[in-house]
Formats: sequence, structure tokens, C-alpha cells
Amino acid sequence: MAKVFFTANLRRHVDCTSMEAEGFTVADVLRQVFAVQDRLGHYVLDDQGGLRKHMTILVDGQRIGDLDKLTDPVAPASEVWVMQALSGG
Amino acid sequence: MSDRILVSTRKGLFDVTRNGKGWNVSEGAFLGDNVTLALHDPRDGTDYAALNHGHFGVKLHRRDKGGSWTEITCPAYPPKPEGLDDKDGWGKPVKWTTQMIWSFETGGPDEPGTLWAGTMPGGLFRSRDRGESWEMMDNLWRMPERNKWLGGGADIPGIHSICVDPRSSQTVRIAISCGGVWATEDGGKSWRQSAHGMRFDDGPTADDPDTQDPHMMVQSPSHPERFWVQHHCGIWKSTDNARSWTEVKARPSSFGFGVVVHPKDPDTAWFVPGIKDEKRYPVDGKLVVTRTRDGGKTFDVLSKGLPQSHAYDIVFRHALDGDETGDRLAFGSTTGNLWASDDQGDSWTTVSTTLPPIHAVRFA
Repeated sequence: MAKVFFTANLRRHVDCTSMEAEGFTVADVLRQVFAVQDRLGHYVLDDQGGLRKHMTILVDGQRIGDLDKLTDPVAPASEVWVMQALSGG
Repeated sequence: MSDRILVSTRKGLFDVTRNGKGWNVSEGAFLGDNVTLALHDPRDGTDYAALNHGHFGVKLHRRDKGGSWTEITCPAYPPKPEGLDDKDGWGKPVKWTTQMIWSFETGGPDEPGTLWAGTMPGGLFRSRDRGESWEMMDNLWRMPERNKWLGGGADIPGIHSICVDPRSSQTVRIAISCGGVWATEDGGKSWRQSAHGMRFDDGPTADDPDTQDPHMMVQSPSHPERFWVQHHCGIWKSTDNARSWTEVKARPSSFGFGVVVHPKDPDTAWFVPGIKDEKRYPVDGKLVVTRTRDGGKTFDVLSKGLPQSHAYDIVFRHALDGDETGDRLAFGSTTGNLWASDDQGDSWTTVSTTLPPIHAVRFA
């Protein structure tokens, strides 16, 4: 199973625990995570299920390419990191 | 008079309260986070706060009377149909996701628990259960005129004003930058444009109601057929239930964002003017409030207690408010300054000069 990690900056707003999840794509894996941690999904994805503008996801160190449908592949031993840019004043 | 003000700022929500010695910032919540708007529901004592986390999206929180803040459901757009060519008035694709809660009002006194939320990019939502769930006003969203709506100062269109008619909670009027004024008399089932008479100074579609840029609209509680609008190109009023609008002129400027109407006198309204429109700071660096007492025929320029040199404060549309008496007013600025008045604006007291940039001021 892939292991999913979340940026520490999210924890200030919503509970998010690193966890293992099965799936062939980023969307599959996150769907499993959000089924358990239901409030978390709206912090990462927008109303249409696309990745929020200033968020990024890395699979085994590589930034994913499909920001709308999250179809990038995930392997059983993959590490998936949900990260964000920090900006503003 | 109301002794509590909810002040929404770029760095948190502040309770500002009045005791025997004056106004004090008594409590802060969501410190460090962008609170765009707050709402107090006098029907049950609940406070609501809308946040925009930027990275993590728009969120709603509720504080029951005497309780603590808890996150509740945020209005969300339905799935965008595959292949739909949905563009705004600038020709840019419309993103079907809540990007800002730009207006937030309670339903009528006969509808406990009902809330209205207007959003960017233009969706209107209603909750019947104090924000636990929301329904989108689909029939408004599906009006073909929506594709003429466009962003003004913001990149995308949004609903910033919601007026629930005191004569019937089924009658609701909203104002959109830039999309005019829309009205329903059947609780949101059907909608019609209601900005006829407003106009831009120039341009090929200056008179088109569907692209008008009302900055803020208020309805007289005592004479609900009367309305005021601070528009991008001036001040307009209506005396016929927003069916038609007439322009009035103010000095030193008719440009601004916010407007407040006196709760018992529809001829009395307040504005905070600035230089139109790309500069947007007080005329000559002198911060003033303008007040009409005769329905817009004349305006008083009120400056006592306000900075009269090198003041570059701009007061956003939701950052000017009045209480239920009409005597007490407050406004906050982009510079983090907050003022209050107990005499209908004749004189002003400085409440704070050190708050974060202020988005909204609301008596509670």
C-alpha cells in the first residue's frame, strides 16, 4: 500500500494523519484517505475534485502532472506527499 | 445601542466591545488567518465567520451563543457538466468552485436557521439548518445572462449584497459586481434583473443592467420599497422596490464601496468616498464620511475625529455599518484603522490604529 503524508501546515486547520492506502492512481489513494478523514478533502481539493491552486502532490519525489483528475499512477510502495506553497504577508 | 462589533481582518476576527471607558478589542479568533466576513444572527445569538485560507480554500465556522468556534459546511458548487463551455463576461472559463464568501445574511424572522451566502464566482446558496448544509440557487446560476457577468476590481464576478425583504422572506434581492441586481419573489425559484437605470460613465454597454457594477446595496428596514446603491460610477437610489434607479451626486466624490441606510429614515444614508476609480484613496488625503438626510439632494461632509492629512484609508464595502438605532456607526479601513460614532457620524472616535487590514465591520 502507498503511504500518504500531509504538510504540517494543514494540521493547524484540520486533523490529518499520515496513513497507508491502496490504489493505482493518486485519485484512488486520496479517495481512501478522505473516506476516513472526511473534512480533509475540502482542504486539498476544490469543489470539482481538482487540486487547489497552491497545492501540489509529489509521488516518489516527482510532482504529479494531472492536477484536475489526479490520474498519475501510484505504485504499492509509493510515497505520496500532499504539499503547499507558502506565500503572502 | 449595540455594544459589540465583529471586525473581520486579514489576520483574524476581533470582537470589539464597549464598556464604560470606551471601545476595546476584547477578543481575537483565527489569529493569523484571513477572515473575510462575519455574521451575527440576532434570532439565536449565533456568530458565523467566513475564512479564506488561500491554499486550503474557503471555510465557514460557527460559534453558538456562549460556545466556541467550530467548522461547519461551506457552500460548494455542483459538478460542472463535462464539455460545458461556460465563460464569464471577459470570455474566461468559469471555475465552479467557491472562491470567496462575499455576502452572508440571515433569512427572515419567520425562517429560524435560514442563512444566505453569496459567493465568487457568482453562486448564491441557502442553508435551512444554520450552515450544516447548503443548496445552490440553480435557477439563478442557469440564467443565460450569467455569462455576461464579469469581475470588476476582483478577477471574477461575485455576489456581495443580499437583501431579504422584511415584508416577505421569499423576496430576496442580490447585487453583483459586475452583474447588476437580481430579484426573486418566490424564494429563489425565479429571478429577474433589477438594475434598470444604473449606468457606467461610458462604453458600448454602459446601460446594460446585466453588467452593472453595484459595489453595495442596502434596503431600508422601515420603508422596504427604498434602496441605496454605492455603484462603481456613483450613487443610485430606488423608491420603487428596485424596479428603477436614479443617480444622485455627492461631494467630494460619489465613488466608494460601502453604504449604510438609517434603520428608521430611508432618506438618511452614509458613504465613505474616495477618488474614482483607479486611484482609490480619500480625496486630498482627507478621510471623510458623507451623509445625506434628504434622499440624496444634499450631502454633509463629516470629518470631525477623522484624519485630515495623509490619510490613504480605503473602506471596503462591508466595512461600514450602523446599529439598530441609527445613531451608532463604525467603519474600518484597509490600513487597519477603526472608528466609531455615537451621533450619526457628526463626530468619530478612534477605536484602533493597529488592526490588520479590515475587510468587514458588523455590529452584533
